[in-house]
Amino acid sequence: MTGLAQLTRHRLFWPIVALVVLLLASTLKSHSFLEVTVRDGHLYGAPIDILRRSSILLLVALGMTLVIATRGIDLSVGAVMAIAGAVTLTQIASSPDPGAVSTVAVAMLTGLAVCLVIGVFNGFLVAVLGIQPIIATLVIMTAGRGIAMLITGGQITTVTSAPYKTLASGFWLGLPVAALIAGVFFAVVALVTRRTALGVLIESVGINPTASRLAGVRARTIIWTVYVLCALFACIAGFLQSSNIMAADSNNAGLFIELDAILAVVIGGTSLAGGKFSLTGTLVGVLVITTLTLSITVIGIPVNAVSLFKALVVIVVCLLQSPVVQHKLRARRRQAAPVPVEVPA
Amino acid sequence: MVSKKIRTQAVAAGIAVLALGLTACSSGDDKTADPGSTSSEGSSGGDAISVGFSQVGAESGWRAANTKSIQDTLTKDAGFDLKFSDAQQKQENQIQAIRSYIAQGVQYIAFSPVVETGWDAVLQEAKAANIPVILTDRAVDTADTSLYVTFIGSDFVEEGKRVGQWVSDNLGTEPINVVELQGTTGSAPAIDRKQGFEDATKDNANIKIIASQTGDFTRDGGKKVMEGFLQANPDIDVVYAHNDDMGLGAIEAIEAAGKKPGVDIKIVTIDGVKDGMTALADGKINYIVECNPLLGPDLAKIIKTLHDGGTVEPRIVTQDGAFDQEQAKAALPDRQY
Repeated sequence: MTGLAQLTRHRLFWPIVALVVLLLASTLKSHSFLEVTVRDGHLYGAPIDILRRSSILLLVALGMTLVIATRGIDLSVGAVMAIAGAVTLTQIASSPDPGAVSTVAVAMLTGLAVCLVIGVFNGFLVAVLGIQPIIATLVIMTAGRGIAMLITGGQITTVTSAPYKTLASGFWLGLPVAALIAGVFFAVVALVTRRTALGVLIESVGINPTASRLAGVRARTIIWTVYVLCALFACIAGFLQSSNIMAADSNNAGLFIELDAILAVVIGGTSLAGGKFSLTGTLVGVLVITTLTLSITVIGIPVNAVSLFKALVVIVVCLLQSPVVQHKLRARRRQAAPVPVEVPA
Repeated sequence: MVSKKIRTQAVAAGIAVLALGLTACSSGDDKTADPGSTSSEGSSGGDAISVGFSQVGAESGWRAANTKSIQDTLTKDAGFDLKFSDAQQKQENQIQAIRSYIAQGVQYIAFSPVVETGWDAVLQEAKAANIPVILTDRAVDTADTSLYVTFIGSDFVEEGKRVGQWVSDNLGTEPINVVELQGTTGSAPAIDRKQGFEDATKDNANIKIIASQTGDFTRDGGKKVMEGFLQANPDIDVVYAHNDDMGLGAIEAIEAAGKKPGVDIKIVTIDGVKDGMTALADGKINYIVECNPLLGPDLAKIIKTLHDGGTVEPRIVTQDGAFDQEQAKAALPDRQY
């Protein structure tokens, strides 16, 4: 009894319930939904699709978690994804040998370099000039897509390049390469933040930057670092996204992904007020959002009701997670089933 | 410390003075510029026909080709003075552009309305100024049809019908399951292309539309939805995508599922942009009904007719082609977009 109560009180309880319900509903509609088969020498099935598709949002949300932990926010991630795709694919398309690994590697390094500059710029605005993060990153959010359009000349740049295609569509040891890439980054960030003091330092900056600085924490460097990391993760997400469709679609790449990423972080229990973050929570949040999108198609929600359905799921999960509702629920449960008074022997 | 403070103050004061100077200059410029511009307008009343065009934006390859066609046709050499503006998909920008064209006294206004409603007021102003308005590519929803002279563009219902007819004739000889990738929910092309396809296939009992979902006219959207369709429905025979980009996304999803697009699952789309035509020629798409973006020549012809005192039809439907795989191979080298 108390075990169950403790379980429901865990902040990830309701998101995981939502995930299970979505998976069950999809399985009821399509019985083979959870089936994983081997096709063309790799695993194939809806769970694998979810893993592969989660990789883009997971990378973006990973950076977002760190930024939010410092009490910041990064709205520019979608635009950074568009720029990463535009820079890289334009370079691959204009090279004489688009299929060569070296071409792809150089193009991706260029993309990373450009995104690094954007990250440094965002970090500079926030950490050095002290501009509010929502305003500072709004600059690239609005201007970035324009920059990406300039790079591609307003066209959707399409390329044929086997090594680049591997990023999103390839498989290694039977698993999708995209999921492996995102998984490695997730593990590295988790290790570095939880096995070293970095995680605590980030949280302390989020709780009180001034106090942290006075206590000897380099608040400015830490804030700067998380914005750079966020831009780099968004850049890799941009590679995966453009590799997914083998085209740089500057208008639509990563459109509104900043909102999905923030939502994933919040569902995962990281507070927007900063000072506390949970990477596992973010992972669960990302899985909920990705599964939600796939379930909509599988369950066959009518086109006009898609936005409403998404909104309902998100609202229900957020409501159930809110401290006030949790408290009320617990109070009611206590009334309904009074705890038996323990009689001393 | 003190000197630093004084220095900051001095700099601030300097900036303030500069700013004042700048505003003074610019307002002075305005005063002198106004009579100048009116006089130049008077002198430029030569042969060139002045046309103001407000484009939706640059959201797709189709739109880019449309813009290029208009800019390349309404040139100075052809006797036009084109004023072009990009509304970045915002209605207020378009209304502003049209107002400025009215203020500049252009002879004709043409535009692709970003949404269907909310144009009555600004079109009334154009009418009051005696400037004929021509709608291109998209229509407006108004009770007063005297607000514009003509609407030129493709018939979206007809496009859907032609795709449906082809599917019915060529694939509908045996029972087939069709999935539909719709355009942006609520947009005119999405509604009309769905309608047209349903109209053309409803009498063929072999054709069953088993799922329909929006892919937002994008490649990523098309791929995502198609992945879901493939999970939910084991036997899909035909994909009907409302534009090429979603069809191209579906190709990726079908290949990832270990099937051959164009063979195991047939794909039919609308638009005919270069990437779509290439996939058609490669055998990955089976049929494309074109939605012609090259509206420039038609627009030029209409303006010339009006300018010579002629009349034009209130609805002009552009000629759209249609391609199967063999025709695509033949047409591809000469495609402009």
